[in-house]
Amino acid sequence: MAQPQGLLFSKEHEWVSVDGDRATIGVTDYAQNSLGDIVYVELPKVGSTIAQFSNVGVIESVKAVSDLYTPMSGEVLETNGALENDPSAVNRDPYGAGWLFKLRLTGAGEASSLLSADEYEKIATE
Amino acid sequence: MQPPPSNSANGIPLIFELGQAGRATDYLEHAKPLESYLPAAALRSGLPLPDNSELDVVRHYTQLSHRTFGIDLGFYPLGSCTMKYNPRINDAIVARPEFADLHPYTPDELAQGALEAMYELERSLSSLFGMAAFSLNPSAGAHAELGALLIAKKHFKECGEAQRDTVIVPDTAHGTNPASATMCGFKVLTLRSDARGRVSPAELRRVLGPGTAVCMMTNPNTLGLFEDDIAEIASAVHDAGGLMYYDGANANAIMGYARPGDMGFDLMHLNTHKTFTIPHGGGGAGHGPLGVAPHLVEYLPVPVVTRDAHGRYALDFDRPKSIGPMRSFWSNFAHAVRALAYLYANGSDGLKRVSQLAVLNANYLRVKIAEFLATPYPERCRHEFVASAQRLKREHGVRALDLAKALLDHGFMAPTMYFPLLVPECLMIEPTETESKETLDAFIEALRAIVATAKENPDALLQAPVSTPVGRVDETTAARRPDLRWRPPP
Amino acid sequence: MYTPHTERDIAEMLEAVGATSLDELLSVPEAVALRGKIEMVPALPQYLIDRRFDELARKNGGVAYRSFLGAGAYRHYAPAAIAALAMRGEFLTAYTPYQAEVSQGYLQAIYEWQTYICLLTGMDIADASVYDGATALAEAAIMALGATGRKRILVSRAVHPNYRAVLKTYCDGLDVAVDEIGFTPDGTTGLEQLAEAVAGKDYAAVALQSPNFFGNVDTLAPRALDAIRASETIPIAVVAEALSLAALAPPAAWGAQIVAGEAQSFGVAAAYGGPYVGFIAAAQEHMRRIPGRLVGKTTDAAGRTAYVLTLQAREQHIRRERATSNICTNQAHCALIATIYLALMGASGLRNAAALNLARSRELASAVANVPGVRLKHNAPFFNELAVDVGRPAGEVLRELQTRGILGGVEVGRFYPELATCILMTATEMTTSGDIAALAAALQEVLRATAAV
Repeated sequence: MAQPQGLLFSKEHEWVSVDGDRATIGVTDYAQNSLGDIVYVELPKVGSTIAQFSNVGVIESVKAVSDLYTPMSGEVLETNGALENDPSAVNRDPYGAGWLFKLRLTGAGEASSLLSADEYEKIATE
Repeated sequence: MQPPPSNSANGIPLIFELGQAGRATDYLEHAKPLESYLPAAALRSGLPLPDNSELDVVRHYTQLSHRTFGIDLGFYPLGSCTMKYNPRINDAIVARPEFADLHPYTPDELAQGALEAMYELERSLSSLFGMAAFSLNPSAGAHAELGALLIAKKHFKECGEAQRDTVIVPDTAHGTNPASATMCGFKVLTLRSDARGRVSPAELRRVLGPGTAVCMMTNPNTLGLFEDDIAEIASAVHDAGGLMYYDGANANAIMGYARPGDMGFDLMHLNTHKTFTIPHGGGGAGHGPLGVAPHLVEYLPVPVVTRDAHGRYALDFDRPKSIGPMRSFWSNFAHAVRALAYLYANGSDGLKRVSQLAVLNANYLRVKIAEFLATPYPERCRHEFVASAQRLKREHGVRALDLAKALLDHGFMAPTMYFPLLVPECLMIEPTETESKETLDAFIEALRAIVATAKENPDALLQAPVSTPVGRVDETTAARRPDLRWRPPP
Repeated sequence: MYTPHTERDIAEMLEAVGATSLDELLSVPEAVALRGKIEMVPALPQYLIDRRFDELARKNGGVAYRSFLGAGAYRHYAPAAIAALAMRGEFLTAYTPYQAEVSQGYLQAIYEWQTYICLLTGMDIADASVYDGATALAEAAIMALGATGRKRILVSRAVHPNYRAVLKTYCDGLDVAVDEIGFTPDGTTGLEQLAEAVAGKDYAAVALQSPNFFGNVDTLAPRALDAIRASETIPIAVVAEALSLAALAPPAAWGAQIVAGEAQSFGVAAAYGGPYVGFIAAAQEHMRRIPGRLVGKTTDAAGRTAYVLTLQAREQHIRRERATSNICTNQAHCALIATIYLALMGASGLRNAAALNLARSRELASAVANVPGVRLKHNAPFFNELAVDVGRPAGEVLRELQTRGILGGVEVGRFYPELATCILMTATEMTTSGDIAALAAALQEVLRATAAV
């Protein structure tokens, strides 16, 4: 599946949507598909400050667990509380209802180290 | 006659859904009410547990046993689990009141038999595996791994080498290895095995250094292959100042032929619930003796059993360098007795025979199964080997899981699946020495038929098993909406 | 020897695998081949194995003594039906129930066990077992470290000394500090000091045992609980004598968020220390941090009720170095024994057994308190054991009692040097009035004799 345009991507299969100094972050369709049925998402604490590409949580499927990295630095403003009761939203709608957390961005120029939709597409289809 | 409700939609009722208040069998004389002895504030108001008659309880758990598969019912080819026959004499011995009723705080002079049994087991295992001493303290293999890494940590701290913070674990290792390392604050470095499925000394040397604490290996490894460069590997790790740890999960393959001590290992554990016939009991209790080379004896967990010049045995707690105790009391003692009884049944020649026939059985299965299923490491194996359903998955959409579930319909336990992680669609098969050629042949033919079905009619396998009390279970819902207990109706 | 192979089988199988001999098949590189002789116990025919263990059994004379030993391992009555059921081969020789379709019975039994532990402790969830009470405390502490992100644990000195020692062993590995808080003259944790100790501090958890090592009911008072909550410290309740849960206010009622316990009391043999069965129960919010296996209820493809090991992504075999516990093999069979014990006893039988323990231990208390020179050390409500001050070095008195066929209890001074004249005595429903009278008489004789010297 093609990646939505207008988003930035990390090699670790996260997407980020930047709006001024705010950003919304999730995992890609490719990521949710390779993980399988997601049963639990452990997200960073609201109010914490996290650095680009650091490990900020985990995503669990029935028989696998993978680390969650943040594609950009910032202060965590909000996490997707709906996932607590319905983690399947990440499988169903990774770019919409399955978003993970929102940041107030603190790093400058970090976007340049991320990938465009087309660049990510190449990695994901390799 | 009313058949047990084995296939009804709700299965067998929970014990909580049975019974009536006041129906429980009286085993004891009646006491005065609790309020006669304690202030009301200290007491609980009620106890919401069911009262059932003894007969109803006996029927309930007998019915549950009918829905449980054990070695006593059929072949259990679980790789790395060594599901061999559990001799009944061992259970008869530990049921004797002199063992079963012995309190852990019994004074040493009144528990000499227990201490002597532990001492004999400890000495025998030390010689059998070439270690200076064993501790019988740890409760399972993973528990012993933790103990060993605590020893390593303390040892390096006392040598002024606290900077050694890295544990090297090959990708063929058991999942407990990295988890144990984390519990001791070590970093884990995963080492890829080479094309031969083994640790390459050259590859290993590249990651060794002043930060190396311990290299954890099992030999034979989880592919069932003997690490034939083990002597070179051990000296490389020792040259770098690190320690070698032997995961004894696969010890059933080497008895009478090789010893971890001679291979250069400094620390090791055994799973007596694998190699030495302790019943697994549905997942425990286990027993994980922890062995050490001479320079690490003083760090062993307390207590250790000692024998003095007069042949008197004692529990020794006064060991200043010990990492401390790892459990409430001295050992899973009943299991130590079972293991000792098994040693008596075999002696050293018998144990050598055990390893011979375990390896023979595994190789026999391997060459026969290779006729119809890929075996990614096509060379002689030890006590276990791996097969892969990768091609079946690609060409017919049938996974290792489907083959395993189909085996259940044939009355066999499934092999270990999807482990080790480096083999795609892996089936890991360990027959053990207690299975006869006829049983192995029956298993081979069942698997042959299943693989044929996978090619001709793959859809038929996706439903398997169909003859069991329940079919494939919805694990996703179980994990997304965990229901971990019964609750009383409001 | 339990191998079925005939010589003919071996020959045929060697040929099939293309090996000339077993030695060839098992050969290892010369550098690591076995050197020297194995020194181990000899092979014996089965009747001589029996005889060898007869001999060892006879050297465990302690089982024939009148015993007042407890302190974390208790002698309770276990109905014969327990062994008849638990020793069935299907249960005894099953592996961990990873293949749910052929393990429904065991999985259901463990689901029942988890429920029993929840109902007894008042907590929301319980795991499928951990090794024993001491490791349960250590694992509970690790849960609290993870939940709070802190690196320091506070534990009452009235918690079983072995449990505290194991906690320290585990915490040393994690570079976590363990502080202790003392007990008052009545043998309970000093709650005033506790409130002060946690206020404004960064303890991940505070652990209390009830009944504590001295047998005393030892729970949090509201003021101490408030202080603990204010400092965001997690209260851990330790239960070493699980039968007390049938009588005493459950840990959830006095504020515990995690319960670390030992269920040996529920029909599991004393067996010189093991195997026993630890458990961890917790408030719902700690579900993801609870160590070990969990059984969940779900359905199969046809909608039938089914049980399965669940939330496995928490466990070491999937989480590997990210896991916070490495437990794999647990104590399933002992948990099964405990489950069957609880099913047989029922609520009424369990409460009656608890009441008998209260009755016999009070009978014991008054019998020994009447012996000149003896006094009860503490004055707090207790369950089935108590510290008895004999006014002389307790080790000597115990040795004298031993010559009279009595194991009088555990020498408290081996753990608490300041209580060198105290014996921890236990009475359960298995302790008879005759046992108690014999102990009191022997104690009187011993103390009179030592007084005369």
